[in-house]
Amino acid sequence: MEESLKLRLELEALYADYVACLDDGDYDAWPEFFTETCLYKIIPRENFEQNLPLATMLCESKGMLQDRVYAVKETSMFGPRALRHLVSAIRVTGQDGESITAQANYAVLQTLNDEETKIFQCGRYLDRLVREDGKLKFAEKLCVFDSNLVSNSLIIPI
Amino acid sequence: MSSAIGRPRLPEEGRNDTRRRWPEEGLTRVPYWVYSDPEIYRQEQERIFCGPAWSFVALECEIAQPGDFKRTYIGDRPIVVTRGKDGEVNVFVNRCAHRGVQFCREQRGNTKEFVCPYHQWSYDLQGNLLGVPFKRGVKKKGGMPPEFDTKQHGLRKLRVAVRHGVVFATFSEETPSFEDYLGETMLSWFDRVFDGRKLMLLGYSRQLIPANWKLMFENIKDPYHASLLHVFLVTFGLFRADNPSHVQMDETGRHGVLVSRKGEQKKTEDLSDMRNFRENMKLNDPKLLTPVKEFPGDATVVMQTLWPNLIVQQQSNTLAMRQLVTRGPESFELAWTFFGYEDDDEEMTQIRLRQANLMGPSGLVSIDDSEVMQFSQEGISSYPEEAGVLEMGGSGREDQDHIVTESPIRAFYDYYRQVMEL
Repeated sequence: MEESLKLRLELEALYADYVACLDDGDYDAWPEFFTETCLYKIIPRENFEQNLPLATMLCESKGMLQDRVYAVKETSMFGPRALRHLVSAIRVTGQDGESITAQANYAVLQTLNDEETKIFQCGRYLDRLVREDGKLKFAEKLCVFDSNLVSNSLIIPI
Repeated sequence: MSSAIGRPRLPEEGRNDTRRRWPEEGLTRVPYWVYSDPEIYRQEQERIFCGPAWSFVALECEIAQPGDFKRTYIGDRPIVVTRGKDGEVNVFVNRCAHRGVQFCREQRGNTKEFVCPYHQWSYDLQGNLLGVPFKRGVKKKGGMPPEFDTKQHGLRKLRVAVRHGVVFATFSEETPSFEDYLGETMLSWFDRVFDGRKLMLLGYSRQLIPANWKLMFENIKDPYHASLLHVFLVTFGLFRADNPSHVQMDETGRHGVLVSRKGEQKKTEDLSDMRNFRENMKLNDPKLLTPVKEFPGDATVVMQTLWPNLIVQQQSNTLAMRQLVTRGPESFELAWTFFGYEDDDEEMTQIRLRQANLMGPSGLVSIDDSEVMQFSQEGISSYPEEAGVLEMGGSGREDQDHIVTESPIRAFYDYYRQVMEL
């Protein structure tokens, strides 16, 4: 019991730090939540359910995450916005000697200029985590979003 | 409709017919009312999307097996695409012939028949009415009149054209054959990607863009913006004004193609105008930009715009249909269907999936476009009486052997004005 409680608290803290990093715009720190050989995908529910491989955003290494960050910071043109990630119902779905699988629900609220706050996206994280130097890192993070329709552009990672 | 708060709106009163008069300059101007006027939008549905035009509706690989169906739209009209038991492709309206219910709710699936949930009128895969419950009444009471003929009450069927794995449909009896509709030049570009090899569906991306649908076509028909807006493309030489490129149209001006070749990531004298160029930018993981040559000829980018609802995208190895679904005058859905070929090996499929990062709602390139279309609409909406300026590359609508031009947009509106009688 004590071990699983400890893991729950550790995951709660990790997800909180993860979304704070994105909401605060501290994008350079975002790839550090992942392993070097990580897999990161944002996928619409229809592709996920039909086993279609296309992702809306696909990064196959920490280097690709860093390239995404560079694009957000330096090359992409987009309107000013505030984003807020809400994470709930974190649960451990599997565990072996090497890795932990976990799921959580997420909602991302987006506020654009001249607009009231809207739900930009909601979905679930399907994650696999491993321990590196004692710290939990994402080896795999799948963000499966419910509405297949993206409200214009999906710029900042989920 | 976008629901921006506090955006100033001109009162409807006081507008007169002059606002529907095309500016005197002709081809070099586009009046802003074409992007927001509800009456123009209504006329577009009638004359363009339900008119004599072939609209893209599906790839054959999306409905490979008998009984497979796909739910989609032409303009804003819901339709269903099916593969019948005989293997033929059928397209009909997604609107029950009884009381108008949109009966097909799943995006894709496989079925033997369609049954409207309301009164359970049932239809076969061709859209023929099979049965009507209580047709003869209950206990000799009620029921349909004896002369009610189920053959007269099927779903409205559309004409279908299939070419090399791509399905088009039209509401009109007047639309010429698909081949004649495209014309020789456009057909040969179409056949470059759709060369008869079987296609493989990779997946969908959909985005709701708060802008008029024509802004999407303009974006692809204006190759000149790409060298300026898209830092990512320019920096990595994927598309630059100083790469050898050209634009071509069909005779009518309604279809177009933009063809370009990949250049180097280097500084040249032409770059002084491309202020966004980053000479030292390097990818941490260069896998993203290692294209494989796969098409004959030296073109590495071919973007084809087919009136009235399709952009065929070939940028390096990422292939997609971009289907425009109108959602009112100030909003459209851009439905991307990414695909490869059935004979692609696993590595090639992975390359296509990886390069898909350039495109779609999170595209390293296309984010700039969807954002700028929203900015355009937000600038245009409140000033219907003003007009946009299209003078790059002259005032004509001819093919050009460079991309510092707005000629394809002028050609598009030349045809648009004929269809809309504006």
